[in-house]
Amino acid sequence: MRTILYILQKEFIQISRNRLMMGVLFIMPFFQLILLGYAASFEVKNLNIHIVDPDKSSFSSDLISKFSASSYFNVKNLTNSHKLAMEDLEKGKVDLIMEIPKDFEKDFINGEKTNIYLSIDAVNGVKAGLANAYAGMIIKDFNTDIFAKYTGRKISLPIGITWSNWYNKHMVYSTFMVPGILVLLVTMIAVFLTAINIVREKEIGTIEQLNVTPIKKSQFIIGKLFPFLLIAFFELSIGLIIAKLVFNLHYEGSLILVYSFTFVYLFAVLGIGLFISTLSNTQQQAMFIAYFIFVIFILMSGLFTPIESMPVWAQKITWFNPIKYFIEFMRMVLLKGSTFADVKNHFIIIAIYGVILNTLAVWNYRKVSG
Amino acid sequence: MKKDSGNYIVEVENLTKKFGSFIAVDNISFKVKKGEIFGFLGANGAGKTTAMKMLTGLLNPSSGKAIVAGWNVETNPDKVKLNIGYMSQKFSLYDDLRVNENIRLYAGIYGLKRSEIKIKINKLIGELGMENLRKKLVGDLPLGWKQKLAFAISLVHEPPVVFLDEPTSGVDPITRRQFWEMIYKASSEGTTIFVTTHYLDEAEYCTRASIMVDGQIKALDTPENLKNRFEVDNMQEVFVKLARG
Repeated sequence: MRTILYILQKEFIQISRNRLMMGVLFIMPFFQLILLGYAASFEVKNLNIHIVDPDKSSFSSDLISKFSASSYFNVKNLTNSHKLAMEDLEKGKVDLIMEIPKDFEKDFINGEKTNIYLSIDAVNGVKAGLANAYAGMIIKDFNTDIFAKYTGRKISLPIGITWSNWYNKHMVYSTFMVPGILVLLVTMIAVFLTAINIVREKEIGTIEQLNVTPIKKSQFIIGKLFPFLLIAFFELSIGLIIAKLVFNLHYEGSLILVYSFTFVYLFAVLGIGLFISTLSNTQQQAMFIAYFIFVIFILMSGLFTPIESMPVWAQKITWFNPIKYFIEFMRMVLLKGSTFADVKNHFIIIAIYGVILNTLAVWNYRKVSG
Repeated sequence: MKKDSGNYIVEVENLTKKFGSFIAVDNISFKVKKGEIFGFLGANGAGKTTAMKMLTGLLNPSSGKAIVAGWNVETNPDKVKLNIGYMSQKFSLYDDLRVNENIRLYAGIYGLKRSEIKIKINKLIGELGMENLRKKLVGDLPLGWKQKLAFAISLVHEPPVVFLDEPTSGVDPITRRQFWEMIYKASSEGTTIFVTTHYLDEAEYCTRASIMVDGQIKALDTPENLKNRFEVDNMQEVFVKLARG
């Protein structure tokens, strides 16, 4: 037991003397959360639109003003040339074109059917779909408005919809993203720093010296993991404070639950770091393996793309992704106020994950070889 | 079970290490007496480091037996580790810890009490004449100082035997000389020294020396006897004659 204290003392001194690392530890949470919290948004706003209006009637200008009033669209250009509009679309200056036909107003008054033509840049399918839907909504509104105006009759459709948003009432994107980014922060600290720290001892040869001392495997490993467990908790706390102060996140669930789960989760991901360190002989190798695992973990975590929209086989792969469980957990507990009963499975899965990984890592870490 | 080792601190019987079909250490047997300075010589790749790793519990033997400080290296590696000191050619102190912190760490690992550690730090630093460097980071010390400190630290728990793997490689002749003075001092205080080196003039300082060629021990005797037997003036020539076969 006393041996561990001496090893811990050494680790903390070394970490505190590493200026670069200390800098990263303090600056990273602010950078990641504030930058990504604001920037990583999938909300499609400010779509640039080129409107071709050869009609130039009060009708068409009513429609145009509806578009310019909407926060979803930014009327970039207003011409009466199809050719100019297509040029804008090709150069990527606008995301869509709306063409109003020449006799738009006249046709309507004469009771003839008229069509508005939308051309949408569909390189990004999601964005194109949303552009189509938003434009459709505005045009539909306009349709009902003028129909009422000119006929005096209100169109009433048989089925109406009333709705309310739950858990994230105002649909603020950062509320959705920040808990997930917090997960990345904690995970990165735990995996990268642990792996690099242990491999560094291999690289400079001090591990050989430790191996001829009576230090037990378990003492060495605890000495290595414990400091990063504390640091990860520290980062989580800073993150939660920033989320509250900067993003006005209101924590619905219990923070004790969050910290307990984080503890189990860190046990698992520190195991990943330890495992990577047993596979690598240099810090470079460790970084490379860690990056490889991380990119897959992040992109398949449900942070940026919903897991439900992945193919079924890919969804099965995400079952092995600890980040996925932590993000789900954070969104459930922090935003929806889920209780332990709701996230029991998350606890069980991550605990099993941790036991398997750590067993593997410890088994792979040998003091004696051959 | 601890074996009563009588006059010997290291006893090696038919020790062999194979890596696949390559035999790194080929059936070697020898004994090291308590208190002697035992030179373990051989060219690079002769199997010295592999043999040393087995004796210090870093590597398991393929076959054969080794008793170090009364304990079998294969069945009681932890007991062996508690009773030996080790200093490797790969410099092994922590560059980002201070002199006193390095001593404290290893003293703590070997289970010295807090009060003993304080005394030990002062004693070692005093003996090394490093009072002014006490709070310096080890990374900022010249290589010679680092090596002397590493040797002192390998003795921090006062082990009966210390293994030195090429301790003087890369240092200047004056430091090498000072280093050997430290070895003699430790030896005179009763510590057995087991040292590998490729400086053959250093072999002259040993009580007895063994010479390894291709995984086997080709000769083991006092430097004097070895020189007489091969009818040469120095260990260098003994070595050359043996290596040529």
